[in-house]
This record gives sequence, structure tokens and C-alpha cells, in this order.
Amino acid sequence: MDSLSDLEKKINSELTTKINESKILHNQLYLSIDNEDLLDVILFLKTNKDTKFKQLIDITAVDYPEKLRRFKMVYLFLSHQFNQRIIISSLINEKEVVPSLTKIFPSANWMEREVFDMYGVKFKDHPDLRRILTDYGFEGYPLRKDFPLTGHNEVRYSEDEKKVIYEPVKLEQNYRNFDYESPWEGTKYIKEQTKK
Amino acid sequence: MPKQTKTLNLNFGPQHPAAHGVLRLILELDGEVVEKADPHIGLLHRGTEKLIENKTYMQAVPYFDRLDYVAPMNQEHAFALAIEKILKIEVPVRAQFIRVMFCEIGRILSHILNITTHALDVGALTPSLWGFEERETLMTFYERVSGSRLHANYFRAGGVHQDLPRGLDNDIAKFCESFPKIINDLETLLTDNRIFKQRNVDIGIVTKEDALDYSFSGVMIRGSGVAWDLRKSQPYDCYKQLNFKIPIGKNGDCYDRYLCRIEEMKESVSIIKQCLSMMPKGIIKSEDGKVSPPSKKEIKESMEALIHHFKLFTEGYRVDKGEIYTAVEAPKGEFGVYLISDGSNKPYKCKIRAPGFSHLQAMDYLIKGHMLADVPAVLGSLDVVFGEIDR
Repeated sequence: MDSLSDLEKKINSELTTKINESKILHNQLYLSIDNEDLLDVILFLKTNKDTKFKQLIDITAVDYPEKLRRFKMVYLFLSHQFNQRIIISSLINEKEVVPSLTKIFPSANWMEREVFDMYGVKFKDHPDLRRILTDYGFEGYPLRKDFPLTGHNEVRYSEDEKKVIYEPVKLEQNYRNFDYESPWEGTKYIKEQTKK
Repeated sequence: MPKQTKTLNLNFGPQHPAAHGVLRLILELDGEVVEKADPHIGLLHRGTEKLIENKTYMQAVPYFDRLDYVAPMNQEHAFALAIEKILKIEVPVRAQFIRVMFCEIGRILSHILNITTHALDVGALTPSLWGFEERETLMTFYERVSGSRLHANYFRAGGVHQDLPRGLDNDIAKFCESFPKIINDLETLLTDNRIFKQRNVDIGIVTKEDALDYSFSGVMIRGSGVAWDLRKSQPYDCYKQLNFKIPIGKNGDCYDRYLCRIEEMKESVSIIKQCLSMMPKGIIKSEDGKVSPPSKKEIKESMEALIHHFKLFTEGYRVDKGEIYTAVEAPKGEFGVYLISDGSNKPYKCKIRAPGFSHLQAMDYLIKGHMLADVPAVLGSLDVVFGEIDR
């Protein structure tokens, strides 16, 4: 499709029931779908002759701990042929399992491992769901909002035991998280926002 | 008794000069033939994304230098563009040219490092000695403009931190005159070198389809014959006004990727020259006092400027609610920032899309069936830097 609005129309008409919401922002198309429809929608976008989103750019998740469906899965795609980007998101709760894209895009393998490592989201039919970036034997999911910035363990070389040992983090000074809510008038756009 | 064969597991790295950093590669060998490669990454994981979520937008910029530390400013560029797009800030023309010029310097920095260390991995020592001298010159340009050789922290949302110091443009122009000769010298050492060709031609071939499926970008996809460069296809800043070519490979092997990088360096020199000649005089950062700090002179004269200065360096600026993905053509490929802001002075989420991550992922696919000695050659041509892969 030549223009994003055409693409939006095309996707909405072909996948009517599967698209919850679509919008164009910053010259990118944002779609929100249900977790169950993920594979169908992505397979359509990859193979249809008018979309051709043949490259998976990245997979990530966003954590909203206060919400019922806590994680937002985000998939970024690029179509070289039509020079368009699409961002697909779906909301899931903490226990939900997400279908793996590894069959459609082999590059999804590490990206899903990273999401699993950082957020603890599990993927169905993933060939090798291990942690990827964190330490061997690491516990917890570091990018969740309730994980402390300093982490739980620190390592040091112990002269007595002659090896590297793990200890609970001891901080000389607490992390200073300032309150930035201020009476400063802020910029124009903030004013508009607070009015709403 | 029937003869039994067993595969051998070999640990390559994490402390190996050809691992280009802290890669632990577990190879399954049948004799000298690699049957499986399992890269273990994360040994340089610093939690950059988590840290950025806890810092104001301005404080987050230095973290981008520390991703791909051989071309720091290219990463800052992606982050600055993301904020600018959400806030809808206009970047002054001079700042655009300065940014593009330093991004191209970054590209040369990265490509010199990659070409010469790649050559080193397959047995040629001299290129690295010649190349690193040029890198040193380029890093003094970084130092003169930002104060540090590597971790520049120079780009800001809305422009750059400071204007070019006096005389720097002349020195960069001089470099542009002398550097093509160095590229030629490097080429005389490598391009037709029999050993270099034997080690690289037809090694680690990537087909067009696989390059797309494995999310390759940058030289890795262009080496396989896909004409795709974000500077051309989705131009940002002033790339639209510049005239340059995109070198494309044919066979998708290590040697073609090497050739692409050599040609890209030549194009970068031409871009830098164009930037120098087209760069207008004027301001170098947005004049919106709520985003970019006032000058020293203003602070001494105006109360409002003083308040702006104070607020910017304590609270920082707030970014409108929104989400955006911006990508730049970094030397290694598509470097992207997926930013979600909740209207506060800190990013709610900042996902960094590092090109090396998907390149290294394909290691198993690339190396299967090759000899053990090809591992450093393929790894060298992938151009991996662990700062960005491990984040």
C-alpha cells in the first residue's frame, strides 16, 4: 500500500474482527489486537501482497503494574517494499502465555528470550526459552516496575573463600528519588494536558 | 566393535581477542567443522534500559554513548530524534549539519575499527596500525567538540550542546583531503590480498530472504544485495539535502561486507565535505527555553533564564505523553529507540533496538558447516560490539 491511511483501511477491512484499535501517529501505524489473534494478524501482514511486513524489527513489553492486564506486548515491523512501519500491541495479564513468532520469523527467538528474561512473560512453542542477558542463576525480572533499580544481589571477590561470591546489596547511601511534582508552570503542552 | 564418533564442545571466549569483547560462544565441533554455535551474551549487561527509566531525559543521553562505544554519537542521535518528534521541536539547520557530520565521523570510526580488527582476526596486522592512527585523529575531533574522546554526550533534544570550536571545520576539511589516501592504502593491503580473500570470499553467505528473516540491517543486509539504507529511505535531519550513494554487495559473503564498508567510508568522507560546505551560520540548539538551557550570558542578565537553567538541570524537561519508534542508520545497522513517555520528566519505557543483537543471533545459521577457523572471520564481518548487544 502506498500510503499509511490506505494501509490502515486495508488492514481494517481484511481483519475487521481482529483489530481492536488503529491509529496513525508520527508516520507509523499503531494497531492493538488480542493476544489470541497475534499469529493470524502477523502472518497476514507478512504474506499479503499489499502489506509485506517482511522484517521483524523488535519485540518488547511494557509493564503497567497497576493495571489488570499488566503487560503490553509490543511488536515492531518494517516493510522494505512499501517503506512503512507498523507497531502492534496486545495486552496480557501476568499469567497469560504468548504465542511464539519463531516459526514465522527466526529472529524472534532471542527477542522473545529477552522479553522472558526481563519481564517473565512466557512464550508458547518457543524452542529454547532460556534467560539471555542476565547472569547465570539470576532470579527476578529486572525490567518490571516493582524490581528495585539496585537489584537484590551484588558480587565481589572474597579473599577468604578465594572465589567470587554473591551477597545481598548493601548501599552506603539510599538511591535518591526526588519528587518532581512542582508548581512550575511548565511548557504550553503540559498546560493543555492538565486542562484535559 | 563399531567405531564411535563424538562431537567436541569448545568454549570460545569470554576472554578471547577474536571474540570482540565478552562473547562466550559454545561451539559443537565435529573434527574441525562447526555443527552448532550457541552464543551466550549478557556478560556486559548493565541494565541500561532500567537506568534510563530512572533518569531524566537529559541524564539519559550519556547511556547511549556507552552502547556502541565505537560510534557513540549515532546512538545519541536516535534518542534525540525520538524526543524531538514527540515534543515537535524544530532543530536549527546548523545543528542538523553538525549532527550529521559527526554521525558520519562515527561511521568512519566504526568502520575503521571493524575492517582493521577483522583483518587482524584473519592474520593481517598492519591495517590496524594504520587505521588506528586515523581513529585517533577522529577522536580528537570528538574531544574538541564535546570534551571527551569517546563518551561524547554531545547531542541534545533540539540540537547539540555547543557550537564547533574555532578552527575545527578547517581541520576536519584537511582530514577529508588526507583520509581517502589512507583508505586506498588499506585497500592495497587487503582488497586483492590472496590470504584475505581466501579467508573471506564465500564465507558466511547470507541470502536476501534470510537477511530479512533474521532482521538484518545496515551492511549485513546491503552486503546481500538489498538496497536499504535509512538515510535514503527514511531520511532524518538534513540527509535529504545531501548527495551520496549506497554501496550494495552481490554475494552476501564476508568479503562483500568488507567491500561495502570500504565504499561507505568513502561516501562518508564525501558527506562530511558536503556538510562543511553547506553548513550555515546560526544557532546550534532550539531556542525553546523549556527544553534547551540558556547561555551563560543570559543567566547573568535575566531572572527567567536563571530559573530555566535551574529547573532544567534539576527537574529536567517534561515530555508529552506518547509513544514513538525512531530509527537511525548507525554504522552497524538500524539502531532504534522505542520510547514511551507518560508526561513526566523521565521516560516510562525506553527500549533500545541494537542491530548487533539480531546479527549475533544468526551466528548459528551463519557458521553451521564452516570450519573452526572461519568463526573469527564471520564474527569479524558481523561487526559486533557488546556494549549495544548486552545493553
